[in-house]
Amino acid sequence: MTTIAPYRSPAAPGKNGFRQALHAELTKFRTVRGWIIGALVGVLAMAGVGLLASAGGHSACQGVGVHGQQGSNSCQSGISFILGPNGEPVSDSFYFVRQPLAGDGSITVRVTSLTGLLPSANSGGQSDNVPGVEAWAKAGLIIKENLAQGSAYAAIMVAADHGVRLQWNYTGDTGGLAGAVGPANPRWLRLTRSGDVITGYDSADGAHWSQVGAVTLAGLPSAAQVGLFAASPDDSQSSQSFGGGTSTIGGGPTRDTAVFDRLSTSGGWPAGPWTGQYVGTPEIPGSVGYHQSGGQFTLSGQGDIAPVPAGHGGPADAAATVSDYLIGTFAGLLAVVVVAALFVTAEYRRGLIRLTLAAMPSRGRVLAAKSVVVAVAGFIAGLLGAGIAVLAGEAITRARGYYAFPISGMAEARVIVGTAILAAFASVLALAIGTIVRRSAATVATVIVVIVLPYFLAESGALPLSAGDWLLRITPAAGFALQQVYPAYHQVSMLYAPFSGYFPLAAWAGLAVLAAWTAAALALAAYLLRRRDA
Amino acid sequence: MSLALHAEWTKLRTLAGTWWLLLAAAALTIAVSAAAAAAFHCPPAGCTLQQTGADPAKIGFTGVFLGQVVIALIAVLAIGGEYGNGMIRLTLTAMPRRLTAFTAKALVTAAGALAASVLAVAGSALAGWLILPGKGLSAANGYVALSLGNAADLRAACGTVLYLTLIALLAFGVTTAVRDSAAGIGIVLGILLLFPIISAVIPDQALARHLEQLAPMTAGLYIQVTEGVRQLPLTPWQGLGVTAAWAAGALILGATVLRLRDA
Repeated sequence: MTTIAPYRSPAAPGKNGFRQALHAELTKFRTVRGWIIGALVGVLAMAGVGLLASAGGHSACQGVGVHGQQGSNSCQSGISFILGPNGEPVSDSFYFVRQPLAGDGSITVRVTSLTGLLPSANSGGQSDNVPGVEAWAKAGLIIKENLAQGSAYAAIMVAADHGVRLQWNYTGDTGGLAGAVGPANPRWLRLTRSGDVITGYDSADGAHWSQVGAVTLAGLPSAAQVGLFAASPDDSQSSQSFGGGTSTIGGGPTRDTAVFDRLSTSGGWPAGPWTGQYVGTPEIPGSVGYHQSGGQFTLSGQGDIAPVPAGHGGPADAAATVSDYLIGTFAGLLAVVVVAALFVTAEYRRGLIRLTLAAMPSRGRVLAAKSVVVAVAGFIAGLLGAGIAVLAGEAITRARGYYAFPISGMAEARVIVGTAILAAFASVLALAIGTIVRRSAATVATVIVVIVLPYFLAESGALPLSAGDWLLRITPAAGFALQQVYPAYHQVSMLYAPFSGYFPLAAWAGLAVLAAWTAAALALAAYLLRRRDA
Repeated sequence: MSLALHAEWTKLRTLAGTWWLLLAAAALTIAVSAAAAAAFHCPPAGCTLQQTGADPAKIGFTGVFLGQVVIALIAVLAIGGEYGNGMIRLTLTAMPRRLTAFTAKALVTAAGALAASVLAVAGSALAGWLILPGKGLSAANGYVALSLGNAADLRAACGTVLYLTLIALLAFGVTTAVRDSAAGIGIVLGILLLFPIISAVIPDQALARHLEQLAPMTAGLYIQVTEGVRQLPLTPWQGLGVTAAWAAGALILGATVLRLRDA
């Protein structure tokens, strides 16, 4: 009787680690034509919808003349903004009672009243004749590099509804004493220069002073313009109506009148004659000016010293923004999510999952490998889609002669990568839900309901703004915050809504919410994959 | 045909998932509608019609946005499920007249969607009728309080039921054409959401208005509008006609593809 040795393969035993799992999953993804096509559809949808929107024309020019800081009359090339010291668009027009003062010194004044006029409801925004003061009407002390619009400055002021503020170089803003100013409740303000450092102080009684803040204006020339100012931004009350669309109620130029006394200079600054002039061009000539009687200065001002926020419903309404170019993101996400869901549900449908798990018995490793593959696929699709959308959108906008809201290349790169991260997380979420649900249609529907639908409801105004904001805080759609390109300036009244590209959460917070949902779904998926028979 | 209907009805009826989804469609619609009604509050300016611009019927039927996803999912699965597990080959062997089978399946699916929609809309109307007057949207402030007793709200309610049924038919046709449930639901929801998002951002008002006139969701939901009907780009029934045209187009596409292609 002979014993027959069983056959042994001469090949070395195969390794079964994460690298092999990754390689296997990558091969699966790469070789299914439909998935590659799906990912490409995602890229095309993301870029194509954005291009469609940016090529769709910007003919809504009626509002530009009213709200535009330049009072431009044509949309084609008429919109342009003054640029601030950091290159951002700013408004810089106000009434200025000034004198040039060299070197270091200090200026102090008391504000006893800040009143104003608002456009009446039926004047069509053309005249200002209703008593009332705009929330961000401001008056106080300013030190400014020169009289050119957009030059560097630091100012301490009372704002109608926002107490004492120290503001500098258009975007900087710090709060001081709260409360509205009035004859019974005056505010003392002081601005001190020491080299490049400007320090602002406030006081309720002129005896007890507190420092509001100190800012550095790099490169401020020795001789700077110092004095009193008054400005009152245009009034525009945008509201998003239930069921879509925005409406602008009222709107138009406003005016404020501030009364100052006890004006004094000290330190190295001598007392000198004061000159009044308007920086920029007032929207209603003749309504601005100042008069001095005794020690009392009364200034009437218009305009604003502030950044111009990007987006629809604001002064830059007609300028194309990066948010516009990226409007196709949700369409791209739909395709990417379908592919990511199919990457696991197709295995269940075809029974391939049993072969996969037989070959790679460590189920957690399989899920991890699959997650990495779809995350990379989603990231690449998002990067390409957003990159094409932004670069081509800009090129088209420029080629057609429309105005594109200025943005730094760095911010552009950040939002493109942010979109790629959003797509990567959405893909992993879809994969995790697919592993839990194991049905392709139900998975896709679920992922769309949790990511795309909240975004849509918030974006299109189908829900009240507050409800939409909450959806963008707590659902995975919070990840869309990665797409906020422009900072929201709380010192400028505007409707900072999702359709203008402003989200209720900061980019990192939105990403954290999306990541938390993804991690939770992935953990549940890993648990169920281990516990259930495939 | 009646045999085909009976067969399709048996298939749909005996799947546990169908009943859960129909129930989910109604429950989610009612829940979201009630939540939207409860979340409504008048702006600080005041509560009159001019100050809020609110439309009680639109608020009361907000849940349609979520409900339509489930309704579409039901329709997608009704045909996509057969392609997923190969059942379609058995169906077409038993009923070689493909258009008969397609029509029977579409009718049964639409009937299911219609039943769920009636439940969803009735529940939403009830919730809105109970909640909204307490939120200031009452006759005292110049609104026509949400109630199925007046013609406009009745039109909104019946139209919403028809809208949801048409969405089911749209989803059914699209999924028959693509033969895959995941792609089907993705495309349907893409079609529904694409137009309103684009028209919300393009600054060209005329183009945005045209897009809204073409959009199956935006135009179709004009049927819910009871305040400011004159400002709409289309009349409510014309708007629902747009959705019907989309559904008809999808059904024709699906039927043609089913007829011409191997399953």
